[in-house]
Amino acid sequence: MLDARLYMLQRITALIMAPLALGHIAVMIYAIQGGLSAAEILSRTQGSLFWFAFYGLFVLAVSVHGAIGLRVIIYETFGMRALLLNGLSWIIGAIFLLTGMRAVLAVTLS
Amino acid sequence: MVTEKENLDVFVWRGLAETGRFERYEVPAQDSQTILDVVSWIQQNLDATLAYRFACRVGMCGSCAMMVNGEPRWTCRTHVRKVLRGNQLKIAPLRNLPVIRDLATDMDPFFDKWVAAEGHHHPTRTRDDAIEALDPQSPERRAANAGIECINCAVCYAACDTVANNPDFLGPAALQRAWTVHNDARDGDQPAILEAVSGKGGCHNCHSQGSCAQYCPNDLNPMTAIAGLKRASVKSFFKRER
Repeated sequence: MLDARLYMLQRITALIMAPLALGHIAVMIYAIQGGLSAAEILSRTQGSLFWFAFYGLFVLAVSVHGAIGLRVIIYETFGMRALLLNGLSWIIGAIFLLTGMRAVLAVTLS
Repeated sequence: MVTEKENLDVFVWRGLAETGRFERYEVPAQDSQTILDVVSWIQQNLDATLAYRFACRVGMCGSCAMMVNGEPRWTCRTHVRKVLRGNQLKIAPLRNLPVIRDLATDMDPFFDKWVAAEGHHHPTRTRDDAIEALDPQSPERRAANAGIECINCAVCYAACDTVANNPDFLGPAALQRAWTVHNDARDGDQPAILEAVSGKGGCHNCHSQGSCAQYCPNDLNPMTAIAGLKRASVKSFFKRER
């Protein structure tokens, strides 16, 4: 149930996610050198268009990537019909996107 | 000289897929005995109604594949000695295909997928043209040669867990054939092949688990062929986008 279009979407979103995940880990290691506090994190992210774009893009890529991946697992496990499968995949993607963007906005809105 | 040996404990699938069951037969052990020998002995000496399929008996025709102790095998070239568990053999029809009766499966879905994968020659010349010279050392020809010894036995198709879970999946043999034709310099319609293997049952569904390569009796590697198709389809995707 993975045609060339979905395959490409999943690979491209993987390529987007990889450097963003590494960037996230690198900043994390760098930023906690002087201790870890919510205030310090928020002072960096609040009102920052850069961190909004950084994590916003990551959430978008995760939503597409994860929804396609789960779509394959659901199809191969339950053999769901295309219409139902597509509907469920969109819902899963939307849940990832909504919950992810909610978190991004919570730390970047000033 | 054949020495007196004990009998083999052979369990053979009888009947249809849903209502069938394994039946026990005692078959005299022989030297250099193959699984096909065992099945034929049962059919000739114990039950003439046993349905199974074979033709060449020498590993060329791809007719006699069955599940032996849970694994797909070409039975004419599988020695009993190699696969015997204790003194038992469990012989069943090939996995992932509809059962007609006993050990005979309906191969139609398997061959229909060969056609669906566009794994046939698309000619570029007529009989009036000169024969095209091919470089046997070119990378494309080497890739094509890697898959041409396929005997269509469906062992890879039976071994594939993706086929088991995704009935649309074209399967290792059909996709390997498509990759072989795609790499043939004499073939005139590579876009049609990529189009055929890019649909919802296409090469992109392969999880690269490698059972096809593990079980192929001719040591071919359909997984590598499928990876080639994926690469070719990605290339063509970016070309079209530009």
